[in-house]
Amino acid sequence: MGLTARPETRTVSYQPESQEGWVTTRLDFLVNWGRANSLWPMPFGTACCAIEFMATAASRFDLARFGMERMSFSPRQADVLICAGRVPFKLAPIIRRIWQQMPQPKWCISMGACASTGGMFDNYAVVQGIDTIIPVDVYVPGCPPRPEGLIYGIRMLQEKVMNERMADSRLREEMNPDPASQLYIPPSIIDELGEPFGNSVHQTRSAP
Amino acid sequence: MSDKFQIVSAGSALESSAAPVTPRNLPHRGGEPNASALALALRFPGAVLRSEVIWGDTNVYVTSASISEVMRWLRDDTTQRYDYLSDITAVESRDLEQPIEVVWHLRSLAFRRFLRVKTQIEKGSKLEVPSVWGIWKAADWMERECYDMFGIRFSGHPDLRRILMWEQYKEGFPLRKDFPLRGRFSRAEQLRQALAQNPEAKYSMEELSIADAFEDLPDEMRQRLGKGERTGE
Repeated sequence: MGLTARPETRTVSYQPESQEGWVTTRLDFLVNWGRANSLWPMPFGTACCAIEFMATAASRFDLARFGMERMSFSPRQADVLICAGRVPFKLAPIIRRIWQQMPQPKWCISMGACASTGGMFDNYAVVQGIDTIIPVDVYVPGCPPRPEGLIYGIRMLQEKVMNERMADSRLREEMNPDPASQLYIPPSIIDELGEPFGNSVHQTRSAP
Repeated sequence: MSDKFQIVSAGSALESSAAPVTPRNLPHRGGEPNASALALALRFPGAVLRSEVIWGDTNVYVTSASISEVMRWLRDDTTQRYDYLSDITAVESRDLEQPIEVVWHLRSLAFRRFLRVKTQIEKGSKLEVPSVWGIWKAADWMERECYDMFGIRFSGHPDLRRILMWEQYKEGFPLRKDFPLRGRFSRAEQLRQALAQNPEAKYSMEELSIADAFEDLPDEMRQRLGKGERTGE
């Protein structure tokens, strides 16, 4: 009657007690099951994390078990961007363009400390976390993460995909950055988080 | 520069064909200097300031005005034959009184010799040394990198511009001692400037195959490229 809260449309519930229509939830399940188990990764490997990523894709850890054996080296056929390694500022417009070339729905995994936060490279040349240039779904910690860590991140992403609804139009819309700054995070927050802390405050010291 | 490639086998100009021995227990200073250092001092008495042996490698300090002459002699003289330029770099000390050094690492394959040539530029003066691009083509990117990181201009280089940082980079020269580790601008401003660059606009006309077909291009495009415009902009 307008007083009841609008049901949450972002995620789907497959529980029998949920009041959702049986057909739509089954259809959601089918589509999500297909999507989650055939995520084609776009590997963006720039550093040592890419070596672990290759190990994950090779026979011992075998990414093919999760439907990801097909590395898509063209962004136009890719579903998930796996950024493995540090991203220098010179690569920032390139990874942004690759992300924009990927069709919706798309996801992003930030693999390793450098891609997620800049890691130990708190210097003039390295982007402090790729979430400042592209939206990220899953962060995988580690320096570099072991293949099990990456697979855990991929399983988390698959879980996220399984909970999506077809009715959610955001899946088909491009998430646009802030038009003024062209960033996904407000510049003031980037500056605040970029402040040195702990021992690293001494590193900004210039020559006398 | 000869048109044909010549195959040089290492040590071919030496009298004995014994296998090279890795020197051990080298002193920090002193030891046997490279034979080229003495020859250089005899040949260019005014240009060679001093030479020293550090960890078994010979450093020769020369005046910056004589770089072209010295380098060409080192490459072309039959008793030297420094045919391989392995590196060009620069050194800046934290001590502001100390001059900036530009360093050339030369290797003679035929004689199995290594020589480090240095020149010093005083801090207040213009950071400019002659380019050795005309002697070793390998100097092209090395000098661009040295310019990019230290701001040292190599006069005579045909295409001296940034190579590691993008061309519109405004923060300065990152390996200079007065450059803060995180750069001069805030993180958000750095990101904004980095995202504003055009990733395809970093090739000059000379680097593209278009240079070969320059005469066949339309007039209007030829004029634009001739003015130094980059492709993709």
